[in-house]
Amino acid sequence: MSFGVNGEEIMYEVRFHGRGGQGAVTAANTLADAAFREGKDVQAFPMFGVERRGAPVAAFTRIDEQPIDIKTQIYEPDVVVVLDISLLDVIDVTKGLKDDGKIILNSAKDPSEFDFDGAEVYTVDATTIAVDNGLGTETNPIVNTSILGAYSRVVGNVELESIFEAITDNVPVKIENNQQAAKDAYDNVKGV
Amino acid sequence: MGEQKSMTIKGNMATAMGAKLCRPNVIPAYPITPSTLFPEKMSEFVADGELDASMINVESEHSAMSACIGAAATGARVCTASASQGVALMHEMLFIASGMRLPMVMAVGNRALSAPINIWCDHQDTVASKDSGWLQFYAENNQEGLDLMINAFRIGEDKRVLLPVMVGIDAFVLTHTIEGVDVPAQEDVDDFLPPYEPPHGKLDPKEPATFGSFGTPEYYQEFKQAQVEAIEGSRDVIDEVFEEYEEMFGREYNKATPYYCDDAEIVLITMGSMTGTAREAVKKLRKEGKKVGLIKLTVFRPFPSPELKEILSGVKGVAVIDRNISPGAYGAMYSDLAAAYTNEKEKPILKNFITGLGGREIFVKNFEEMYEMTKKAVDTGNLGKPVEWINVNEDVLR
Repeated sequence: MSFGVNGEEIMYEVRFHGRGGQGAVTAANTLADAAFREGKDVQAFPMFGVERRGAPVAAFTRIDEQPIDIKTQIYEPDVVVVLDISLLDVIDVTKGLKDDGKIILNSAKDPSEFDFDGAEVYTVDATTIAVDNGLGTETNPIVNTSILGAYSRVVGNVELESIFEAITDNVPVKIENNQQAAKDAYDNVKGV
Repeated sequence: MGEQKSMTIKGNMATAMGAKLCRPNVIPAYPITPSTLFPEKMSEFVADGELDASMINVESEHSAMSACIGAAATGARVCTASASQGVALMHEMLFIASGMRLPMVMAVGNRALSAPINIWCDHQDTVASKDSGWLQFYAENNQEGLDLMINAFRIGEDKRVLLPVMVGIDAFVLTHTIEGVDVPAQEDVDDFLPPYEPPHGKLDPKEPATFGSFGTPEYYQEFKQAQVEAIEGSRDVIDEVFEEYEEMFGREYNKATPYYCDDAEIVLITMGSMTGTAREAVKKLRKEGKKVGLIKLTVFRPFPSPELKEILSGVKGVAVIDRNISPGAYGAMYSDLAAAYTNEKEKPILKNFITGLGGREIFVKNFEEMYEMTKKAVDTGNLGKPVEWINVNEDVLR
């Protein structure tokens, strides 16, 4: 946590859940880079340790209007972003989520079909959006840029235009496709 | 002055970019978690033609440091990176680099030593090398990682110093974490750091000379005394160089940096990335009216006793927070600070806290706890244990 001039907590903390190879770490880094371009202070980091392809991974982003001093990992995120819905059966994605926290799921279903003890749920069919934009395949879609478009719409503390710019520097290939995927997800996220 | 470029980069990238701006000639390196990105990036810079240097792939860290020594003896500007077991394997060569008075810079991703095997943040690897004759700097964040690399070359190569320097960046907390960093322009770093020319000759087949020769009992001690004089002399050089760096690049560095220390009764002393979290704790405690301050130690070797004692003048209690331990004794910062106060009549109560070993988190509440324990020792005169362990998982100890 951080404290503003009036003692209020003002830092925003994000946790991404994915599987090794799906780009959760790139999503966290790209979001941080986008916010940094807007003059905010940022941190982004993976779950400290080892990663295996296909295994559940987490990655984190901190965003603050003030300089970020804190160096601990993130335990009570403001928003949780789930890149792979099959993780819901494996891990508790809401662990530590703040009471007024938000959850963004990569799912074609309606948010009303999910219940996370009252947390605000948003869904976006990032898999279809990614595949339609030529990013990966149905079985191995690259959804990390789509999901950032949804993040921008749902959370609103990072502009879509900044995410476009960050994609240019953080995504190695198909920059325009990734930007279009972010735009499509921004336009089609459900629950807003 | 050229414009500094703002970007978001990992700690390893920050030290690599800092090193690249210093135009090293030779980079012998052996990869090890969490420093691997450093040699990867340096070899990319060389392969892409962005850096004109020889990258030497070696079979171990011992060989990496041996190659550093050989290259530096020819007058080359040399850098490398390592961590944990790698620094331990270099141990005997570290003494040879400093004994031969060869400036070079090593970025260390500070990581715990085995056993049990652990890849996470801890200062034991470099602290175990505190007697090797290298200067040691520790970064709080990625910006400091980059800046300290540039300062390290300039200080180590100063004719009054001629010693190698380690720059520590905490494993994962910095090495793998992306933060915003301002990167100086190449032409400005070129102005700040002129090309290196060894003042006392170099390894050159055209002018044969012996380096690192036999030091018999008639000579050895004087060599060591001269080496110690050099590291003592580096104190003024560090101040001068830090000041010049601030004038050119706008970022302030000190051997020891105080935060809210002017009216403080209790002061926490930290090294490395934990400093940021400690600053959060101090902000919180100050809001509650507690007279607490913080000192960030950036330079651990030479140990800045005069600066620390000046900042701590009038302070009642000091919480010295070590992310290392000398088993059977104390943490390293505590031992050095206690020694600095031995013959002083007026001195604060010192308490030694060990925490954060092997990647154990150090939370804001842990710093509050260390403040309270130190305050209690001051108020009651009951000093507690000689070494206090903080954020202990009691279930594991049972």
